[in-house]
Amino acid sequence: MNAINFPANQPPDRISASIVPKMTARNIDVFYGAKQAIRNVSIDFSREHVTAFIGPSGCGKSTILRCFNRMNDTIEGARVTGEIRLDGVDITSPALDVVQLRARVGMVFQKPNPFPKSIYENIAYGPRIHGLAASRADLDGVVESALRRAGLWDEVKDRLKDSGTTLSGGQQQRLCIARAIAVDPEVILMDEPCSALDPVATAKIEELIDDLRGRYAIVIVTHNMQQAARVSQRTAFFHNGAMVEYGETSMIFTNPVQARTKDYITGRYG
Amino acid sequence: MLALAVILLLGGLAFLIGRWRGAALAPAGGRIGAVHSRPVYHGAYVALLALAPALLVLAAWGLFGGAVIDERVLSALPTDARPLTPLDSGAFMNEVHGLANGDFAAAFNPDTARAVPIYQQMRREGDLATLLLAVALLLAGGLWAISQLKPAFRARNRVEAAVWLALLLASIVAILTTFGILLSLVFESLRFFELVPLSDFLFGLKWSPQTALRADQVGASGAFGALPLFWGTIFIGAIIAMLVAIPLGLMAAIYLTQYARPRVRRVLKPVLELLAGIPTVVYGFFAALTVAPAVRQLGVALGYADASAESALAAGLVMGVMIIPFVSSMADDALMAVPDAVRDGSYAMGATRSETVRMVLVPAALPGIVGGVLLAISRAIGETMIVVMAAGMAARLTLNPFDSVTTVTTQIVALLTGDQEFDSAKTLSAFALGLVLFVITFLLNIYALRVVKTYREAYE
Ligand SMILES: Nc1ncnc2c1ncn2[C@@H]1O[C@H](COP(=O)(O)OP(=O)(O)OP(=O)(O)O)[C@@H](O)[C@H]1O
Ligand SMILES: [Mg+2]
Repeated sequence: MNAINFPANQPPDRISASIVPKMTARNIDVFYGAKQAIRNVSIDFSREHVTAFIGPSGCGKSTILRCFNRMNDTIEGARVTGEIRLDGVDITSPALDVVQLRARVGMVFQKPNPFPKSIYENIAYGPRIHGLAASRADLDGVVESALRRAGLWDEVKDRLKDSGTTLSGGQQQRLCIARAIAVDPEVILMDEPCSALDPVATAKIEELIDDLRGRYAIVIVTHNMQQAARVSQRTAFFHNGAMVEYGETSMIFTNPVQARTKDYITGRYG
Repeated sequence: MLALAVILLLGGLAFLIGRWRGAALAPAGGRIGAVHSRPVYHGAYVALLALAPALLVLAAWGLFGGAVIDERVLSALPTDARPLTPLDSGAFMNEVHGLANGDFAAAFNPDTARAVPIYQQMRREGDLATLLLAVALLLAGGLWAISQLKPAFRARNRVEAAVWLALLLASIVAILTTFGILLSLVFESLRFFELVPLSDFLFGLKWSPQTALRADQVGASGAFGALPLFWGTIFIGAIIAMLVAIPLGLMAAIYLTQYARPRVRRVLKPVLELLAGIPTVVYGFFAALTVAPAVRQLGVALGYADASAESALAAGLVMGVMIIPFVSSMADDALMAVPDAVRDGSYAMGATRSETVRMVLVPAALPGIVGGVLLAISRAIGETMIVVMAAGMAARLTLNPFDSVTTVTTQIVALLTGDQEFDSAKTLSAFALGLVLFVITFLLNIYALRVVKTYREAYE
């Protein structure tokens, strides 16, 4: 099969006709005040594939990621234009309720940010605010299954009352992933989730991402080229606020179409 | 004065000479390190060694010279002209000083007139001798310093050491003063506890500090049970005031940190902090003239006919308002110390702003907020003006906020104003009250600062 590379700034085709995209973005521009951080980006992604966003620092990876759960709303002076659909429904309208959107589109941050609460309460947080558990027993079940899916249950099942901040960095990050999946979202956005972790903890997270594929549409921003190659099936390369190239990960890394992509992945970029 | 000017002038000269000598050590534009210190440091070093001993001599003469002269004037007088007692000597010498300075036109005591010329001569001689000594020391110090100047001489390090020493001395003065005050509190309190047992004071229920002025007076034996005062202090400062200040201060902080746009915050935060700059006496008369009558009417309207013109509620309400900026600025700091990442994590879970504040930010900031509240309490219980003006004088154990109560600070003011014999139990009890207040606020502050500190560290 050939690499499917889209010329920049054109709506990507279905990568494979049988796959229905979970989220679609068209012609996204993002401004911070007068400064434009994202220029006319269009991209789709689906449950079947983990999508990696790569690109040099400051190229706008975090910015575009935050469009998908409207976290840019929390940034003073940030303005997003264009169209983003989740299951075909536009989510950019100001009338849309971000509370529900964010229950469906979870996010994991670069630095593990557990709440200064117990491990249990960290996981129970989302189900509580969204009213997902009818009883305490229900909630216990939700917490356990989220921790299990995040591969953390065996490590913490005896210390659920301890503060989440007492865990190691890698455990904290898996706690944050568990926290995100406790509300059973459809999409999980991860912004450099391993950049603060050591190689062993990183490997665990990568394994976890692989396990979660298929159940959630996962987008991961990473600076680590090997990581993108390991965990993702689709890769988008960003540069200067624009999406330069998007396609199958294996092709992007072995046979990129754009010279700039090639320069970046071979390390020739500044 | 003249002597000081002369010495400073010479000191300035010493600086110039030192700098010039320092500059002469190396040819201009020489490489760095050829001379250890730059010329200014040589100048400063020379000036320092010249000035320090000379100024010490001047200061010593200024402090003790007067006493030395007086002593010698008195012993120079013929025996029949000398005053008899030390007290008389004081008055006698005062008159001599007055005559010598021309403040008094004529002598009241003829003997003083004889002392004046002796005094004037001794003063002249003493001043001159001091100046000469100072100048001599200045020259000696300056010359010695100049003789030390060499390219390798570490003038900079010595000047820095001198600066360090001066700053250290300044801070020691502040600490020693505090210690002195504390010691005097302790000693006077000990004298009080010789008259009144400690347990009676701390746990006694009756406060009525009138003691008999004359031995034959009846009915005023004095009771020094301070518990009602402690209760009044806590009732107003730690309960009523906090019921006002904690919710309002906390909500103001939450609004300012989480809801207000940056521009609004930039305006509102300083305005709120302005409240802290209002003199407490202004709060005091506001409490006494505006709030207290309204509170009394409210009490009457609620069916409490005895509501007094001065009340715990009036004083506590106003004190609470006064403390709001204090609580809000501590809570503000505590909330700002919670990392943005934690807040974003909550938003990203789909939490609303108020859910985030209630379920994540306030719990996370709680230690810092509690620390701030403790500091606020320690301020409130030491606060004086508002309670003096609006709380009243009645020492009683009451839970009714419409009653007038009295506080430790109010009683200290009452005990020490007016004519008092210094060593009566009544006067001394003020020191004991002051000591209790000091110990409590001191412990509160230490504890609160510890809480706040460990909290800060948790997020670093
Ligand atoms: N809150 C903000 N206000 C103003 N400008 C911002 C803000 N956040 C990001 N930017 C700017 O937008 C551009 C894109 O930033 P972004 O954080 O999305 O880059 P990134 O690709 O995630 O970089 P990195 O790999 O370093 O995380 C940068 O030029 C950055 O300076
Ligand atoms: Mg980023």
